Amino acid sequence: MRHIISILVENKFGVLARIAGMFSGRGFNIETLNVGPMPDSKFSRITATIIGDSSALDQAIKQVSKLVNVLEVTEYSKGQATERELLMLKIKVEPKQRTEIVQICDIFRAKIIDVAAQSVNVEMTGNPNKIKAFLNLVEPYGVIEMARTGGVALKRG
Amino acid sequence: MKHKTNNHISKNDTKGQTMKGADVLVAALEKEGVDVVFAYPGGASMELHQALTKSQKIRTILPRFEQGGGFMAHGYARATGKPSVCMATSGPGATNLVTCIADAFMDSIPLVAITGQVYQQFIGKAAFQETDFFGMTLPIVKHSFLVLDKEELPKIVKEAFHIASTGRPGPVVIDIPKDVQQALFEPEFPDTIDIPGYKTDVTLPEATDEELLEVIKLIQDSKKPVLYTGGGIISAEAHLELREFAKLTGIPVASTLMGLGAFDSEDPQSLYWFGMHGTVAGNWAVCDCDLLLCLGARFDDRITGKIEKFATEAKIAHIDIDISEHNKNKIVDLPIHSDIKYAIRRLIELWKKNKFSQPDISEWSELIQKWKAEHPFSYEASEHITQQEAIETLYQETKGDAIISTGVGQHQMWAAQYFKFREPRTYISSLGLGTMGFGLPAAIGAKVAYPEKLVVNIDGDGCFLMNVQELATAKIEKINAKTIIMNNQHLGMVVQWEDLLYESVRGQTILCDKENIGGPDNLDAIYPDFVKISEGFGVKARRVSKREELRDAIQEMIAHDGPYVLEVIVPYTEHVLPMIKQGLSAKEILLKSPNSK
Repeated sequence: MRHIISILVENKFGVLARIAGMFSGRGFNIETLNVGPMPDSKFSRITATIIGDSSALDQAIKQVSKLVNVLEVTEYSKGQATERELLMLKIKVEPKQRTEIVQICDIFRAKIIDVAAQSVNVEMTGNPNKIKAFLNLVEPYGVIEMARTGGVALKRG
Repeated sequence: MKHKTNNHISKNDTKGQTMKGADVLVAALEKEGVDVVFAYPGGASMELHQALTKSQKIRTILPRFEQGGGFMAHGYARATGKPSVCMATSGPGATNLVTCIADAFMDSIPLVAITGQVYQQFIGKAAFQETDFFGMTLPIVKHSFLVLDKEELPKIVKEAFHIASTGRPGPVVIDIPKDVQQALFEPEFPDTIDIPGYKTDVTLPEATDEELLEVIKLIQDSKKPVLYTGGGIISAEAHLELREFAKLTGIPVASTLMGLGAFDSEDPQSLYWFGMHGTVAGNWAVCDCDLLLCLGARFDDRITGKIEKFATEAKIAHIDIDISEHNKNKIVDLPIHSDIKYAIRRLIELWKKNKFSQPDISEWSELIQKWKAEHPFSYEASEHITQQEAIETLYQETKGDAIISTGVGQHQMWAAQYFKFREPRTYISSLGLGTMGFGLPAAIGAKVAYPEKLVVNIDGDGCFLMNVQELATAKIEKINAKTIIMNNQHLGMVVQWEDLLYESVRGQTILCDKENIGGPDNLDAIYPDFVKISEGFGVKARRVSKREELRDAIQEMIAHDGPYVLEVIVPYTEHVLPMIKQGLSAKEILLKSPNSK
């Protein structure tokens, strides 16, 4: 099962290593991982998506909460939070295919941020399903490079 | 020779005069009330040692191996409950402390490990004696610091001691680059601590009255209750509360090895300790109980045996300060997150206030007394001195008034079986990690903490050799710790498993010449000669192999004014019994051993 875990931490040396170690040391694979500063720069928020058995993960989360630099751990199950990820792609595009790509991008509200003779760079945000659908459509053109931020999430309401 | 301190700072000062980082560290340690550090110097920590020579408050003890120093700190911390300091240089000095740190992590011991690190400009460059100690120890610390900013040093020391000793105690690493040690600055010593993610100082978790009344209701409804008490009772200094609560409710008490001594083992309600080699009565009572109240313990596999078969009929309530222990190994009915001392004290108050009466458990108590009478720890008479007999004799001669440390293996179990521990912090043993070689340095550390008490390391010949060099520390520092080596020329516990599971095939478990195995019947072949080794260190030693010499030798050891090594030659054929083999339940406990080869 896929879990989104949001962790508020002190912005201290080694905190990411401690958290990553807590999951990896228990055999969890971190699917995505994102770290960003909070308005008060003493703190950061780490968002991780992890695939794994729920009860084992529950244990890992309790252990993470115990870490001295961790203030708060929240696990969002499906639907509890709004989730977004930023995707950047370099897609192989022949000049004659550009219009098609622009159309697909429009539908997904993706933006073309760089154009070259044989490729375009595209940015897009969305939840995991939208990103998957978009990738399915553009992959046949040829994805030269891809970078993803990993999901970030906020509780609804 | 101690020099006059030039950086004396009173407890209330917050600002110190300009001094080197190393002096700041020592001043900060003094402020924490540290009176001894176990420290082995090297290039990246000699600055710290120079500063220590100027302290009038701190005794610096030189171990002969960093691991020895780490386990001395264990002995000190386990015997006193106070955080204890070990120190080493960078690289190999630091890596030699890793086992001690892992051990403190497993047994929740307040250990502060301070290591020198190379100059910051060399970090990450594979400099001489450089290791990423911060990174290396991440999975085995409660917390750790790499001091990158000299100004933070006083704050970090204060936080380190606070974190190590509060809540569930544990090890904290402070890694200090040499440039920080040498930097001159005016330190500011903080009076308060503010760690946003660690609020244990302000609010220890406390059980609610509703939760505790539910526990009382479970007790009232039970016919076969048992208290399962762990090291948390000792960490929280809650043994008096436990004793009062047990008397108030009449519930029998079964301890873990970490909890040994929290409850008086000679009390009629005591089931002593249970688990793999614990009492039959303790194991059966926990197995058959209808209510198990777990206080500050963690359902370790050596306690539970096969978890699915553990206390299957019981309602289980689990009170622990560490919420991550709840439902970790065993799903329980009533997990309660609380400081154990508060919880028990409040249980007593609620019980008295509401005038609850003891549940009628007379049938259960009778059954337990019957089990206790039928299955005491016992061993068969031998023509030779056995380990059990030697430990029993030590118990008689000390009248139980001693701090005992142990190595790991058969002798460790027999020490817990035949030396009856009646007070907390008297059985000093590496239980979670199970580190061989723990006993001698731990005894030295405990003796430093309590010079007036008798401290005896009950050791095996395998374990003793792992930190034998600390005899030098005992001798030179005049630390009067005793050792009894149960010399069976084998790694006894592994031999026992080989006998039970591997048809007695010896896989590197013989410690002497395999073609000419030493023993009580072959004294000439005993190897090595521990008496000569001890004498080489200037430590008085004696070997006994005959029953009639044993008591006299133990008396001589106790009376001797100085460290002492008593080597007792014992057969290797004895098995620790009873035994619950891995994967079995308490009901399948092994009472007799098939004869070993």
